[in-house]
Amino acid sequence: MTESVQHPLLRVRDLSVTFPARPGKAPVLAVDRVSFDIDRAQTLALVGESGSGKTTTGRAILQLQASSGGSVQLLGRELGQLSRGGLRSMRRHMQFVLQNPYSSLHPRMTVAQTLAEPLRVHRCVPAESVTARVAELMTLVGLDPAMVSRYPHEFSGGQRQRIVIARALAVSPDFVVCDEPVSALDVSTQAQIVALLKSLQNRLGLSYLFIAHDLALVRQVAHRIAVMFAGQIVEMGAADQVYGNPSHPYTRALLDAVPVPDPVLQRKKLSESAADVQFHGLRPKAGPCVFGEDHAQSGTACWHEVGAGHGVSCRFWPAPAA
Amino acid sequence: MMSAPAALLQVRGLTAQFNRGDVASQVVKGISFDIGAGESVGFVGESGCGKSVTARALMRLAPEGSSVAWGGTVLFKGQDLLKVEERVMQDIRGRRIAMVFQDPMSSLNPVLTVGAQIEDIVRRHTGASASQARKKSVELLDLVGIRDAARRADDYPHQFSGGMRQRVLIAIAVSCQPDLLIADEPTTALDVTVQAQILRLLMRLRRELGMALMLITHDFGVIAGMVDRVHVMLDGSIVETGTVDALFANPEQAYTQALLAAVPRLDVAGKLA
Amino acid sequence: MSERQRLGGGNAMMSVGLLMLASLVAITLFGTLIAPYNPSETSADSLAGPTAAHWLGTDSIGRDLLSRLIVGGRTTLLITFVAVTLAVCCGLVLGLFCGYVGGLADQVVMRILDVVFAFPVFLLAIAVVAALGPSVPNLILTIAIVYTPRLARVVRGPVLSVKRWDHVEAARSVGVSEFNIATRHVLPLIVSPVLVETSLTLAQTIFTITALSFLGLGPPPPDPNWGAMLSEARQFMELAPLAVIGPAAAIVFATLTFIVLANGLRERLDVASR
Repeated sequence: MTESVQHPLLRVRDLSVTFPARPGKAPVLAVDRVSFDIDRAQTLALVGESGSGKTTTGRAILQLQASSGGSVQLLGRELGQLSRGGLRSMRRHMQFVLQNPYSSLHPRMTVAQTLAEPLRVHRCVPAESVTARVAELMTLVGLDPAMVSRYPHEFSGGQRQRIVIARALAVSPDFVVCDEPVSALDVSTQAQIVALLKSLQNRLGLSYLFIAHDLALVRQVAHRIAVMFAGQIVEMGAADQVYGNPSHPYTRALLDAVPVPDPVLQRKKLSESAADVQFHGLRPKAGPCVFGEDHAQSGTACWHEVGAGHGVSCRFWPAPAA
Repeated sequence: MMSAPAALLQVRGLTAQFNRGDVASQVVKGISFDIGAGESVGFVGESGCGKSVTARALMRLAPEGSSVAWGGTVLFKGQDLLKVEERVMQDIRGRRIAMVFQDPMSSLNPVLTVGAQIEDIVRRHTGASASQARKKSVELLDLVGIRDAARRADDYPHQFSGGMRQRVLIAIAVSCQPDLLIADEPTTALDVTVQAQILRLLMRLRRELGMALMLITHDFGVIAGMVDRVHVMLDGSIVETGTVDALFANPEQAYTQALLAAVPRLDVAGKLA
Repeated sequence: MSERQRLGGGNAMMSVGLLMLASLVAITLFGTLIAPYNPSETSADSLAGPTAAHWLGTDSIGRDLLSRLIVGGRTTLLITFVAVTLAVCCGLVLGLFCGYVGGLADQVVMRILDVVFAFPVFLLAIAVVAALGPSVPNLILTIAIVYTPRLARVVRGPVLSVKRWDHVEAARSVGVSEFNIATRHVLPLIVSPVLVETSLTLAQTIFTITALSFLGLGPPPPDPNWGAMLSEARQFMELAPLAVIGPAAAIVFATLTFIVLANGLRERLDVASR
């Protein structure tokens, strides 16, 4: 199975997820035609606030959430069309680091059992080498291998998250979805885990889909950024481009709102009364968009390039003030 | 302008000991600080440092499910809050000292309308009549920036977004114009765009109502714009104190320096290669 | 040092319950060995009071009450333990299946179980035994049928909740098969409520069996059992009160054992899970 140079590791096209209607409520389009690529050893950060659809996107890519449209290709294989067995064996290429280190480990399994499980499932290493590989994984994430016989509740939050990362790495995946991997941790622990993730990427050539809401944190980790709102990507580009030249008003609002640990700047920011901007527009407007194109007529996607590899959506622009 | 604000609150040697089964742990190990009238003071630190427990000491509230033994003195307008009768404490809570908690979803009663919850507090502390309380509750909802307050007072908590619920909690907290408002991680559970709105609201209310503010958070960005003085806590003790500008510019303690260094900056990119 | 180690010594109810259980188990296993007489052995000494030879006296045809009590206990308890084990196993399988798989299968199976569940335990037991005929295997089957729906329900509830926990999704993302997730990641975490319910079911079963036996639907003679002993002894209550008190006290003791155990377990497991 040879990959051509232009073949991205992960290729997501028009991915959509619809949550079925509940009594008294309409069906919810949680993810609305999301498309992006991730290359080897690259990190794409998916940022947004609650309800933006970023977590659902991550889970849909991993096929842990049923999608209602679109395609997800990993290493050239269409994940949505695999059989159950085929999908399970594909899982060794894509792993998941969840947010809550306190609940993503089986409370009654020792660390050794937790780390050995993926090895057994995918039969990556012969049975005799499992113990050695488990010790190797512990060292890889900076933990003492002697602690493998302990239970999760005997570790701190930061240590537990390292174990979760070790489990994700057990099968030497190509791609890891990190869903808010450090939000539940203290700030100094956050910095350590982020440093660990980066060093692992350098050593092992891992690709990450890094889902987060903390823009300052994401700056430390991401090569490319996609900003999500109401299930759609509203801006995407290289980190420097998006932080340096935020083109969508929502991106600008997000960046403005991030509290800066600088008293003078922060006081100034808070004392300026910001207009309470409403980002509506769940249905595309008729007529020309803010870039002057009539998408309903031309049938083109609501996406515009504002720089090389830096694009922005013309949806969800607030109406200009009267 | 006064040269030094009168001390509204004087805490000396505050300790808190938790007893769970046969295990006792000292969560707060003898801290002292003042809060002046109208002053804004921040407590910052990582989880487990004791900052939330300190806040609850001022209201003499034990965190759910544990028994706490308090020590030291907490002088509030001449009374030691750790020693007064519970009856006196109940009068002070909500009326003179009010608290806003982190999670708006679990702090509001889901089966009562928002207006009813505010009216309950107003009537309890001021003995107002039903119609007076209703008028006051609509005023308060308006004060905290909830549009269409008269109609929304009859809505239930689940009909509000997270940010609006937090505004409701703040309305409840300031309903009796307390001397001191304690905010324990008031914006942590909220989206970042909503955070800024809530922080601005707190600043505005502080100015308009002349309240003192005790802000507890782990987020240095939040502390930076909101308070005059900062106490950094670690493991139950205050390790550093200073004005907010001085602390951020020149942290003296190694712990404070390490914490500040670990905070990711929006304006500084990490090395990615 | 885990919570469990620290709290192990503090639960008095659990210790008492275990002690009582130990005595019941001893009777079940060694009953025939410790009984002083053959329980079927008659003698001329009928309805005698307690003497050195017969500690509890004798019944209407001179059989030693103590021996009958012990061996009767063995029969009763044996049926109880086996029947409830069978009910728990079936309940676990059904509850786990329904809770984990959900959907149509869950609905269909639970409705079938609901039909059984709707009948009052005792009436159902009488109906089944009357239909199948009283014998030890049939009694075991009856109890198992009657209590399986209850246990399935008790299992299903926690399964519905635990299957949504993060570590289950993590296991799925690793590629663990659904069967292994159900048995290794969900099942071990729902053991606590099942243990408590098992203990309560044991208590109820004792009652059900003795009541059935009292009505003559229990194991056929000459095997002694507590219910039948009570039934026989009723007519001679004034002459030989011990013949009634003995079995009655034994029934109370056994039932109490399981209730005390259930309470102790509940307390211990609640604390351990905090």
